[in-house]
Amino acid sequence: MKGFTFHKPRSLKEALAMLKEADGKAKIMAGGTDLLGAMKDGIMQPERLINLQEIPDLANIRPDNDRLHLGALVSLHEITVHPSIQKRFGILAQAAQEVGSPQLRNMGTLGGNLCQRPRCWYYRGDFVCLKRGGDQCFAVTGQNKYHAVIEGGPCFIVHPSDTAPALLAMDASVRIAGPDGEKIAALEKFFMTPRDNVTRENILEPDQILTEIMVPLPREGSRGIYLKARERRCWDFALASVALLLNIDDGICQEIRLVLGGIAPIPFRASKAEEVLKGKPIEIELIDQACRMALSGARPLASNAYKLELTQALIKQALLTLSNK
Amino acid sequence: MTHQIELIINGEHYELMVKANKTLLELLREDLDLTGTKMGCGTGDCGACTVLLDNRPVNACLVLAVEARGKEIVTIEGLAQGETLHPLQQAFIDHGAVQCGFCTPGMILTAKALLDNNPNPTEPMIRRAIAGNICRCTGYTKIVKAIMAVASR
Ligand SMILES: Cc1cc2nc3c(=O)[nH]c(=O)nc-3n(C[C@H](O)[C@H](O)[C@H](O)COP(=O)(O)OP(=O)(O)OC[C@H]3O[C@@H](n4cnc5c(N)ncnc54)[C@H](O)[C@@H]3O)c2cc1C
Ligand code: SF4
Ligand code: FES
Ligand code: FES
Repeated sequence: MKGFTFHKPRSLKEALAMLKEADGKAKIMAGGTDLLGAMKDGIMQPERLINLQEIPDLANIRPDNDRLHLGALVSLHEITVHPSIQKRFGILAQAAQEVGSPQLRNMGTLGGNLCQRPRCWYYRGDFVCLKRGGDQCFAVTGQNKYHAVIEGGPCFIVHPSDTAPALLAMDASVRIAGPDGEKIAALEKFFMTPRDNVTRENILEPDQILTEIMVPLPREGSRGIYLKARERRCWDFALASVALLLNIDDGICQEIRLVLGGIAPIPFRASKAEEVLKGKPIEIELIDQACRMALSGARPLASNAYKLELTQALIKQALLTLSNK
Repeated sequence: MTHQIELIINGEHYELMVKANKTLLELLREDLDLTGTKMGCGTGDCGACTVLLDNRPVNACLVLAVEARGKEIVTIEGLAQGETLHPLQQAFIDHGAVQCGFCTPGMILTAKALLDNNPNPTEPMIRRAIAGNICRCTGYTKIVKAIMAVASR
């Protein structure tokens, strides 16, 4: 790792001032489980690291009447063991449990999970691809088993986060602090496709900090599930994952939010599948139809078409489980 | 840039000067000669570098030494009491849970954190807890047996 200076601000205000002063040459550090790997790989070489671990307010878990407030620095481990998250926000607890290994979940934070950089092996290797400022995407003609099958191009990364699909299924929003104050954005507006900007994955500017994630309490009777397919049961990122929030009343699907991970550059909302089921009785034929519609428009690369069937199978499993079929 | 840090390692108080880009793993192995903690992948993928940071298993290869300021670290060197091995160390020997030994320090610390938290875990709980520690030799069965033996005491 190249040399850098290390700073541990004690308040958000101090952290923001440090970021502004560094003028793009600093990086935020939360648990460091993604950042330090990226720095060892040489894909990031910040002159300064601004570590947020000592800012007390950022690590709070605070439920109120209609939503859950999670500080960006809450660890993934805490999310998996917190009783009210397990009970009312089960999709998130399940997704956090699927991240990396126990050691990584002890250090890794929720904010870091949303802001982590992609895992494309060309990008993490020594290839100067589009994302690193070069002029081509090596995955298009190269080894693309783990790349995007839908909404890819010009870069074909998949978004690596397990918690992002879960939070999107619950319609979460994020609080962002910057030099001009705070703003709140729907998580749906947080991620950025390579078409918008190939060098980044979200809307955060270099002088902004993600401070809080807010999750509305799912309505009475809603159920959720997060399913992840991976090669090894530990460490591996999702080949495909499914976050589903479903509300069935009197056999009719009242509400459905279906978000897919591991298959597109940003978490993918399968709205076409949702449309098939919304307002209808949940029946096997419709479930099959929803699975077929979920990825319509997909354009797999040479070695990743297996993700289509895999994703459909996960969606089916999720729908069958939540509808007790 | 060099930082002065104070921390506790295996119950002892240390005051050290460290470079910002030094990992906790490098600090332990290179500066303090605590080479019981192993360096495998260096990227969070194997668990050989596992130490306890405020009683929680973490990958020392992905923690900066400066981040450990004011914290309490336990490495494998901190487990035995003089000549008497920690019950987990003894159980690993008794059950043949050590072959090449490379995973053992990290594995035992992970197991210690589990048992400190929950003295009576089930077998699936043990397997989940050690999922972040790769062993290339034993096939895990004897490791799980050794941990179960200590748990049931
Ligand atoms: C072997 C291995 C396996 C892994 N497996 C998985 C997996 O299966 N699923 C998964 O989702 N992840 C996985 N990860 C990635 C990572 O461990 C997690 O995503 C973790 O949650 C990252 O959190 P962190 O706090 O360590 O982030 P950091 O490493 O501290 O930060 C990650 C990035 O986000 C930025 N950042 C962090 N917090 C903020 C903030 N509050 N505001 C603005 N920017 C911020 C940092 O600048 C950095 O660029 C894995 C990592 C490794 C090394
Ligand atoms: S998929 Fe994106 S990150 Fe990977 S080689 Fe192509 S441009 Fe680079
Ligand atoms: S050396 Fe740290 S996880 Fe492998
Ligand atoms: S004993 Fe050799 S790796 Fe576990």
